[in-house]
Amino acid sequence: MTINRRHLLGASAGLVAAAGLNRLGLTPAFAQAAPAYKPEAGAKLRLLRWVPFVPAEEAAWLANTKKFSDATGVEVRIDKESWEDVRPKAAVAANVGSGPDMVMSWFDDPHQYPDKLVDVTELGTYLGGAHGGWYPGLEGYAKRDGKFIALPLCAIGNAIVYRDSHMKAAGFSEFPKDTAGFLELCKAMHAKGTPAGFPHGKAVGDGNNYAHWLLWSHGGKMVDEIGKVVINSPETLASVKYAQELYKTFIPGTESWQDVNNNRAFLAGQISLTANGVSVYYAAKKDPAMAAIAEDMRSVNLPIGPVGQSVELHQASTVSIFKHTKYPEAAKAYLQFMYQADNMNAWIEGASAYCCQPLKEYAANPVWTSNPIHEAYAKASGSLRPNGYAGPLGTASAGVMADYVLVDMYATAVTGQMTPEDAIAQAEKRANRYYNV
Amino acid sequence: MTATTKPSSALGALTRNNTFLGFLFLLPAAVFLLCFLTYPLGLGVWLGFTDAKIGRDGIFIGLENYQALASDSVFWMAVYNTVLYTFIASVLKFALGLWLALILNENLPFKSFFRAIILLPWVVPTVLSALAFWWIYDAQFSIISWSLIKLGLIDTPINFLGDPNNARASVIAANVWRGIPFVAISLLAGLQTIPQSLHEAASLDGATGWQRFRFITLPMLTPIIAVVMTFSVLFTFTDFQLIYVLTKGGPVNATHLMATLSFQRGIPGGQLGEGAAIAVAMIPFLLASILFSFFGLQRRKWQQGGQD
Repeated sequence: MTINRRHLLGASAGLVAAAGLNRLGLTPAFAQAAPAYKPEAGAKLRLLRWVPFVPAEEAAWLANTKKFSDATGVEVRIDKESWEDVRPKAAVAANVGSGPDMVMSWFDDPHQYPDKLVDVTELGTYLGGAHGGWYPGLEGYAKRDGKFIALPLCAIGNAIVYRDSHMKAAGFSEFPKDTAGFLELCKAMHAKGTPAGFPHGKAVGDGNNYAHWLLWSHGGKMVDEIGKVVINSPETLASVKYAQELYKTFIPGTESWQDVNNNRAFLAGQISLTANGVSVYYAAKKDPAMAAIAEDMRSVNLPIGPVGQSVELHQASTVSIFKHTKYPEAAKAYLQFMYQADNMNAWIEGASAYCCQPLKEYAANPVWTSNPIHEAYAKASGSLRPNGYAGPLGTASAGVMADYVLVDMYATAVTGQMTPEDAIAQAEKRANRYYNV
Repeated sequence: MTATTKPSSALGALTRNNTFLGFLFLLPAAVFLLCFLTYPLGLGVWLGFTDAKIGRDGIFIGLENYQALASDSVFWMAVYNTVLYTFIASVLKFALGLWLALILNENLPFKSFFRAIILLPWVVPTVLSALAFWWIYDAQFSIISWSLIKLGLIDTPINFLGDPNNARASVIAANVWRGIPFVAISLLAGLQTIPQSLHEAASLDGATGWQRFRFITLPMLTPIIAVVMTFSVLFTFTDFQLIYVLTKGGPVNATHLMATLSFQRGIPGGQLGEGAAIAVAMIPFLLASILFSFFGLQRRKWQQGGQD
């Protein structure tokens, strides 16, 4: 990152004031009283987190942690697991009641063992009030029955990345905003030999992002508010038919794609449009041989469908404290410290647009304006909708995603293995197995 | 055992009791088996009868998991895939492995060198070789597609892992490549136990190469074949890493094996009970293959080429 912290702090004076006061242990007059957590004597903490996507993000997190340890004497050990392994590890820790004290987990994980987590409503409410409020989508992942069982941490933004020159060559001066125009663009790019590509394979992140966008942008949903499966709807059918049309414009082979395939194909110039995290941009930027691609890259949010608003899944992460911890006060103090304006801003900045802020105030972080590519990723937390919308989160919503029910529904239909109607009926049947227990 | 003249030492009497001593020496092994085999297996079977989720103990629900699986098309697809995968891969591994063993048993130059490098596919960690195959089968960057395109034989890359049947063939090919060395080296060891004198005698009697193979090599090799193929079938049936790296069960579950489906539902999906049920459903298949090899292939009549 080119912007340093001094620059950042200078950018918003209010932020500095709030941060400075917090550091002195004072309470800004405009916020409600900050809860004071006193770490237990001799407290030691262990945090289980996912392997960072960017080294600078981890460096910022560790720097914040070190500041906390220096200030309080509480040692914090941080263990890393690859992001798909965090779920089973955390679940086992919750189940057996030992292991890490805190976990940085994905999606609906806290809702799989809500009774094993420390209630952090006081801290959550305070942080929301003090920093412009939580984004509702992220808050949905952290709250259960009106209580915070976790603190929303970030959304890993997903956005379309494309080659500007290839779009222009296809006869479009600007990127279409709606799904109908987007289909036209993909058709035109396909005709020019610079096709798009979205994964229809078992891509945990990208595949689910694409499938959920298809469904939600057309107004479909997996379940209703009480968890009744309502996937079999005219809206879903419209989305499947739209996916079929879009698929015809893709590069061949997307049904076998896993998470990295679209990055590879994009960076090799095989495809000119896909959706991904900002990582693909940094991969191009890092490599001098790909300078031309990096220069030509633009990002934009996924187009808006008939539903009329921007809705996406993204990857969402929360932090929770296990009830088995011997030092709950120290853990809360640690989280409070990490969410303080200067610390949180340093972290978001370190993540260079991978991690989108959980609290609205941090949208002012200069990282989002430091590079035009970042702009689309700044809106991730705002457009984020929890998995298993509009039903309750829990084992059913997690199970449906882990079993690739939605990804498979689109893949069977676009590859012609089933008619759209049959594919939807099968998805309905599979989802019902999870929701009907 | 004769009674001792010093009955005062009960311990001494015990240590001279063969039955007790035998039990004592067996104890460590028995405890080991109980802890690390029987208990996990029993727990797995039990979990299959519960609705346990990760992070939550389950309650006994009888056969509900199995009933749900019985009407689950993805599960049946996985069963079909597993049987197909195991059958084709095992037959190919046996045929190619036996052929390789016979070649290696001849007097080749650099014999030891060839025998050593033959083992490489088996020695390389599965995940590494799977990653190599992942690149070989990549939809855009496959070396095979690239070569064929450069040779002018095809116009577009082959959709190795995207088309269901291509994907099945691709994962089977990768598994066969990996499994051949085990079969070949084990059978080679078996071949070397066959006395040379038998072959010499047969040659003097005017037996052809095929006849010597059919009536000397094959019957004497059958016990080894039975053991090797049992292991090979078990390894193949429970294969996980290769599939998980190459396709994660895709495209649309066309390469999902029971092991990968069990993992997908049990661990990332959190449905521990159902995952266990899928794993338990593998046991009958595994038992059948073990019984087949031990009671079938080891029959003397079969070994001597006769029928029942």
